[in-house]
Amino acid sequence: MAVLDHTEHAGHPDLGNVRKIAMWAFLGSECLFFGTLISTFLLYHNTTGDGPTAKEIFSIPFTSVSSFVLLMSSLTMVLAHHAAGRKDWRQMRVWLLATAGLGLVFLSGQAYEFTTFVHEGLTVTTSPFGSAFFVLTSFHGGHVAIGVLMLLATTFMSFGGKLHEGQGMNVELVGLYWHFVDIVWIVIFTVVYLLQV
Amino acid sequence: MSEAIDRPHPTPRDYILIAVILFAITAAEVAVTYVDALDSARAPMLIVMSAAKFLLVVGWYMHLRFDRPAYRNLFLIGLVLTPVLFGAVLLSFGLLIGN
Amino acid sequence: MATLNPAVESATASHHGRKGVWSWMTTTDHKRIGLLYGVSSLLFFLVGGVEALLIRLQLAAADGTVLSADAYNQMFTMHATTMVFLVIMPAAAAFTNYLLPILLGARDVAFPRLNALSYWIYIFGGLFLTISFFVGGAPDGGWFGYAPLSTQVTEIVRMDYWALGVQILGLASLLSAINFITTVFTMRAPGMTLMRMPVFAWMATVVAFLLLFSLPIIAVGLFEVFLDRNLGTLFFDAAAGGTPLLWQHLFWLFGHPEVYILILPAMGIVSEVLPVFSRKPLFGRSFVIFSGIAIGFMGFGVWAHHMFVAGLGPVAEATFALTTMLIAVPTGVKIFNWIGTVWGGSVRLATPMLFSLGFIAMFVIGGLSGVTHSIVPSDTQQHDTYYIVAHFHYVLFGGAVFGLFGGIYYWWPKITGKLLNEGLGKLHFWLMLIGFNLTFAPMHILGLRGMPRRTYRYPKGLGFEFWNFIATVGSLTIAVSILIFLINAWRTKARGRVAGNDPWDGRTLEWSISSPPPEHNFDVVPVVHAEDDFWHRKYREDEEGRPVPIPGGGDPLVAGPDDPPIHLPSPSFYPILAAFGMFLTVLGLVYVPLGLVLAGVGVVTVVWGLFGWSMEPLTREEH
Ligand SMILES: [Cu+2]
Repeated sequence: MAVLDHTEHAGHPDLGNVRKIAMWAFLGSECLFFGTLISTFLLYHNTTGDGPTAKEIFSIPFTSVSSFVLLMSSLTMVLAHHAAGRKDWRQMRVWLLATAGLGLVFLSGQAYEFTTFVHEGLTVTTSPFGSAFFVLTSFHGGHVAIGVLMLLATTFMSFGGKLHEGQGMNVELVGLYWHFVDIVWIVIFTVVYLLQV
Repeated sequence: MSEAIDRPHPTPRDYILIAVILFAITAAEVAVTYVDALDSARAPMLIVMSAAKFLLVVGWYMHLRFDRPAYRNLFLIGLVLTPVLFGAVLLSFGLLIGN
Repeated sequence: MATLNPAVESATASHHGRKGVWSWMTTTDHKRIGLLYGVSSLLFFLVGGVEALLIRLQLAAADGTVLSADAYNQMFTMHATTMVFLVIMPAAAAFTNYLLPILLGARDVAFPRLNALSYWIYIFGGLFLTISFFVGGAPDGGWFGYAPLSTQVTEIVRMDYWALGVQILGLASLLSAINFITTVFTMRAPGMTLMRMPVFAWMATVVAFLLLFSLPIIAVGLFEVFLDRNLGTLFFDAAAGGTPLLWQHLFWLFGHPEVYILILPAMGIVSEVLPVFSRKPLFGRSFVIFSGIAIGFMGFGVWAHHMFVAGLGPVAEATFALTTMLIAVPTGVKIFNWIGTVWGGSVRLATPMLFSLGFIAMFVIGGLSGVTHSIVPSDTQQHDTYYIVAHFHYVLFGGAVFGLFGGIYYWWPKITGKLLNEGLGKLHFWLMLIGFNLTFAPMHILGLRGMPRRTYRYPKGLGFEFWNFIATVGSLTIAVSILIFLINAWRTKARGRVAGNDPWDGRTLEWSISSPPPEHNFDVVPVVHAEDDFWHRKYREDEEGRPVPIPGGGDPLVAGPDDPPIHLPSPSFYPILAAFGMFLTVLGLVYVPLGLVLAGVGVVTVVWGLFGWSMEPLTREEH
């Protein structure tokens, strides 16, 4: 988030911005994190035991809508970044809040989906399929939730004049994280949902 | 601070255009899953479409196309390593063969 | 030292005399954090050493009675977990923290507070693992936590301590990896191109990348173990269709890169020490660097050689046999380069040099016994015997620990300002070398005779008694050598010879500044013109290529009145607060569901720490 450190104003324009390098390295690491979770799911996608299968339980129309919501949150995010680049703080706040709102809609969708699945007989303890599905999507949801908190914190901090100099970079970093969470969902939507029905 | 050294970014018009394309691909993906005739071609089609969405977001929304190569390389190592390693793991479980 | 620059004086004055526990708890100085890492890893080295001695005493004779089966299981699990995660990795982090910025000509790492956070998470993680001894028993399922053994017993919390402890230690390493990568990318002094970076800095970078890409894999695996134990998920439950083999893949996908995470820092240290004590540049420097990078990449492609008895099938076994043979090539390249460095040099056999030469010899033995594992039928025979124990101790003790001790003797004068006693140092080296070989060479024989690992006793008459007794004698010899090192360190504090800036006639930038270095490292940020820049400042070459001293060439650079002001990171309380919150969180998670209250308090503390962190002013008021 706003990990502002002294090096920022020392300025070492060698291979790029200090915090952006750190963020990209972190996202490179996150590829492996979600790769492991998705692979676990792929390993168990047919291991449903006595519980429901993917075909029986997934509702593609519903998930398509929440995927669409998350995709559009990437648009609002990039517009917030663009506004920050023009130092249009008011617009930036509007788009940041819109992004956080779309994130919350996605999370509510996930909560609804989980409840439905539990009612239909799929929990983490039903089958390895259930374990892998819930743990993967929960970790993704956790990332979305942290993203929403960061968006709100960035909006909140943009009111304090003191932090204005680092503002653009704050938004850019939150944006990178947010888009990454979105592309992970692009993969999950295809691999976990569409390919299994 | 980095805005000064970055090459020019796309405009909001480009961003909205990309969002429209992303929406269209997603719609196509969902449609494909409902067409029974496409049974054998479905998986490769879905993977190609999902990869296209992935690249659009990474390249434009995350500015990787316009930004310094160092960022791209850090991310690319992770991005390439993941399917290679787990492809091997899943292969050793016999999942990708004959499935 | 006369300083003309008011900026330097104010930087020195404002940070002068910061003493006491509080200043250490809030420090963001990479050198202090390096020292904290060093002292902590040394303390855990003693803990892990006592665990090893108990194991050896138990096995000294047939039908040993020192430890119960249960206590033995805890000892071998905690010995390995301690030595890997609480000793060798943080010892490498100590050197990297202390030296990386100085070697690059920088005044600190890219994120000083993140650096402090890494250290505090590490120390709380170590504490967390250690308190398990006092609350129902330490982890006892092996440092590799093989499922389903690690997931089955749900009524005892031991393996919860293991899964969560290793998890947060991994987080600490991940954060410092990101920090070091960013530092190398952005903080190098002018002229310090990537290829001019000292080899230790290069190896630290490769290690950071290995951590970055291997830790997330084990993180997921550890979560899955924890959830299987506490939430009833079925990841590794064979009865429900889960496969324990998945755990083996996830563990070794991390576990093999981990081997290089442990050994590459020592290789970096040796690559710094050998040229200095041979008075020659490192032979084939770029080959050493590129083979290090090659090891990093190939280290991700050999993990299944740990699983040859798991029934992977001939294709997978043949593939991983080949990659395992191939990875010996870049390692061999390094060994030839080290030998080439010493060859024809004017060699001084000071203690750091002895440890480095010991490293090469022992590591060659460990490497060769390692290549024998790439032959699948032979590996099947050796699997889970003492032959494996012998092999990896030659790599991790004969290799990593010897290299790290070489680094301790080499940089001790830089860090403390005093030279360790050479006589005691040499005694330490020879006793440790003899003790080490007495302990671990016999284990090759024991293993080939079929003595299994992780078995707490063996009956008479199987031919195991003699070599086990020798091994125990060897382990006590190692203990004596470590005692001599501690005495040496203690004596040096009071009576050590003052080192001066450059006691070894060094080649890299750390020797150009005072010992110990000032808090801001460099009065003037050096401009680098060559590899081994400091050497070229001190010496030019005559017609026959012999070094000729340049008068005054090694004098410290003095700041002029026009040099820019120096910014130093402010101390911060928030890293230790956030780390303490994580400690509370994992402690609470062990005792679900009641502990969730404590975990909640922990999460709130973490958020409090991070919030305070992000609101903290960037530098102190006077700047
Ligand atoms: Cu290995």
